[in-house]
Amino acid sequence: MVSRDSSLLWLMPALPLLGAAINLFFGKRLGRYAGWLASATVIAAFAVSLGLMSQLLAKPVEDRLFLEHLFSWIDVGRFQVGMDLRLDDLSMTMVLVVTGVGALIHVYAIGYMAGDPRYGRFFAYMNLFVFFMLMLVLGANYLVLYLGWEGVGLCSYLLIGFWSDVPANAEAAKKAFITTRIGDTLMLVGLALIVFRFGTLDFEAIFGSAGGVLTKGAATVIALLLFAGAIGKSAQVPLHVWLPDAMAGPTPVSALIHAATMVTAGVYLVVRSHVLFEVSGVALTVVLVVGLVTAIFAATCAIAQQDIKRVLAYSTISQLGFMFMAAGMRAYAVAMFFLVAHAFYKALMFLGAGSVIHGMHDVQDLREMGGLRRVMPITFVTFLVGALAQAGVPPLAGFFAKDAVLEVAQHTNRDAVYLLGSVAAFLSAFYLGRLLFLTFFSETRSDRARSAHESPPVMWVPLAILAFGVVTAGWLNITPEGRLAGFLESITGVAPQGIGLGALPLAGIAVVLSLTALVVTWWIYGSGRVDWRTFRERLEPFPRAALEGWYVDRAYDTVIVQPAKAGSWIVAYVVDARIIDGLVEGIGAGVRRLADRGRLVQTGFVRSYALAVFLGAVAILVYVGVRL
Amino acid sequence: MRTPVAYYLLLSGILFMLGTVGVLTRKNALLIFMSVELQLNAVNLSLVAFSRLHDDLTGQVLAFFSMVVAAAEVVVGLAIIVAIYRRRRSVDVDDVRELRW
Amino acid sequence: MPLDNVVFWVFAPISVASAIGMLLVRNAIHAALFLVVNFFCLAVFYLLLDAPFLFAVQIIVYAGAIMVLFLFVIMLLGVDSNVPIRERLVVQRPLAFILGAGFVAELALAIRAGVGFSTKAPAVFTANEGGNTQAVAKVLFTQYFFPFEVTSILLLVAAIAAMVLAHRKARAVTQAEIEAIAEDEAEMPMDGAGARP
Repeated sequence: MVSRDSSLLWLMPALPLLGAAINLFFGKRLGRYAGWLASATVIAAFAVSLGLMSQLLAKPVEDRLFLEHLFSWIDVGRFQVGMDLRLDDLSMTMVLVVTGVGALIHVYAIGYMAGDPRYGRFFAYMNLFVFFMLMLVLGANYLVLYLGWEGVGLCSYLLIGFWSDVPANAEAAKKAFITTRIGDTLMLVGLALIVFRFGTLDFEAIFGSAGGVLTKGAATVIALLLFAGAIGKSAQVPLHVWLPDAMAGPTPVSALIHAATMVTAGVYLVVRSHVLFEVSGVALTVVLVVGLVTAIFAATCAIAQQDIKRVLAYSTISQLGFMFMAAGMRAYAVAMFFLVAHAFYKALMFLGAGSVIHGMHDVQDLREMGGLRRVMPITFVTFLVGALAQAGVPPLAGFFAKDAVLEVAQHTNRDAVYLLGSVAAFLSAFYLGRLLFLTFFSETRSDRARSAHESPPVMWVPLAILAFGVVTAGWLNITPEGRLAGFLESITGVAPQGIGLGALPLAGIAVVLSLTALVVTWWIYGSGRVDWRTFRERLEPFPRAALEGWYVDRAYDTVIVQPAKAGSWIVAYVVDARIIDGLVEGIGAGVRRLADRGRLVQTGFVRSYALAVFLGAVAILVYVGVRL
Repeated sequence: MRTPVAYYLLLSGILFMLGTVGVLTRKNALLIFMSVELQLNAVNLSLVAFSRLHDDLTGQVLAFFSMVVAAAEVVVGLAIIVAIYRRRRSVDVDDVRELRW
Repeated sequence: MPLDNVVFWVFAPISVASAIGMLLVRNAIHAALFLVVNFFCLAVFYLLLDAPFLFAVQIIVYAGAIMVLFLFVIMLLGVDSNVPIRERLVVQRPLAFILGAGFVAELALAIRAGVGFSTKAPAVFTANEGGNTQAVAKVLFTQYFFPFEVTSILLLVAAIAAMVLAHRKARAVTQAEIEAIAEDEAEMPMDGAGARP
């Protein structure tokens, strides 16, 4: 494969890394400039990526690839891994999302985190995150990808628990890290198997020869192990439990890491490794099922949440499920488009929620909001755009994404998927409507809400830019069937076509569903004609269960956490304290006892000693005499 | 010389044994010391007997030196016993028990 | 019967008896006197073995100097009275006797294996050419000159050591010590070997 070595790829991750280092060491001295510095590095990285994109597009389709070998990382026998970066259409897409949306969120955070005592440290972590995320998507082999994978996990931990004086935040950070660790470890086993089978971790080498080298069984095992990592990182069922709790972190963190970028790493991984999944076949089905189940499960939880961020968290989990559904049906371009669109409108909604929280003086409970559209107009409009986009109202970006997924399902005779996916889409419009109307419409329910204020420009300008992106995407035909598909074709191949209902009837059904959900939620929550509080009480115990995520956390605690704690208690206090320490101290005590008996020989009587000497002398004489 | 040398040697051995038993059995430091002198003399006897047997004066010279050294030893030993007696008012070796457990 | 045989068989029992006597008596002075008898017997044996020089030296040094020294110390310290019979280390005496007997048995066997019970010394002691003392002197000042000089230094050292050890520091006797001494005098007026239980 003809490729061209570029010497600029490294610049993209290097800039935020530099920003992180500077903020880490000099953050205190920089004061409020720390935030601008951090944003500048990401904006610069975005500029570099735009430059590289123009270079990439200038090349013919088959040749769209930049490789850069930074240095040799591992060189053991026949196994070599280099610090290699790779820019192709797929990674280009991801880079643009990460740096673009990332830059906007950094700017927003300048305002959101103003006044925080560890301001500089925050931006150091944010830049570090962007660095690792870029390494993840720019990696030319699985090891560089894994480096970024682990790095973003670390930064997620650091940022979720950023306000570490509150114990709950530290707990949430731990939970996130440990839960994703499960997936990461399985993924590592997958990487080991890849090395075992292929002798290398390089993408070119693996994807070029996968069909010949792997049996179906081996490919299934490897693909499923890799997917396990994706389940963890992208918060799919059953490893989704960390994402709602991760909302304990500052809202920019939630927007960047838990909506736009880190959680999408799983989707990227699956799309990147799609060759392996296709050799397996079974693995793709698993991906589809997991995505579908997650989409519905999370949506049911979202409709019952009382915290504005938790609604969005479960929403993210559900939307990620949609992306995996698309990938599972081989519609990789659709999945990637969904990823990009979701990054925009979810980040938009998170930042908008942050603006609401900021205006409400750090109150996040929906029950205390209401009528905020009057006092926070810009936030309201941008949030509305984002919500409508996700709800699937054309011509906003989200409509194309969701519609495409359902269309593929219908066309490939996966009717069950189509039906259930439509249910999930309905639910997502429902919880969004609820969120919208409870927050911005209906009567103002608290003093905080009455005295809320709009956010400063440094916060609403990014919101406006994101909203703009959401609106224009559809117009520019950056759609799954349009430009994006063509762009990604070299990587992903063509999406399965099939036949079924026409595009227009399908779109019509989808829009009707969305609008119905919005009208219903307007009736219940926005119009003031329904007492939704008693309505909720009458439905108990379902709302409670949905609020608690259908008690999955409780189940994990009983089945896994408590036995583990009990086990470690046993190991610590029985095995270690009693057995091992007993053994060690027992040896000591035994020696002591022995010595206590032994020292009785030292009677102090000179005569006994003399007798002993004489005894020894006689014994030696006997010995010598016998020998002679 | 009509008595076999072995008799002298045996006699020396018996005297040595008696000296050893004295060392082990007595409690008075002075008596122990005297038993040690008995031992030394027994050895001197056997040295002289061997000297006579082998027609070599080395044995006698050795016995001579042994006597000299024994004299010096007695001087020092008795001085020590006197010093100990001054501290403890006793020459019973059983009383010098400090180096016990 | 040859003369030396007779003399031997007379003095050998005496020496053994005196040694046993030394072991058994309670009084330290009596024990010292028994030891003196033993030394005299040994001197006779030296004479029998054609070592007149040693005969003289034995009497002069051992019986005359060393034992006198012993007696001085015994009388100085006043430790000549009877010793209580109570023995603390029960196993000591029996074991000592057994081992002693075994030792003698061993020695007998060794002698039998080595020299042999019937070997007699050569009739003439040629080493005694020119008289025993002259011969000893000749060997002593030539072949064994170095040890000779060293032993002279040794004697000097021993004399110094004795002076140092017996030296009493001139210091004021504390009141406590005066009382302690008075107490001792009252309790036990200098008797016995000072064996306090």
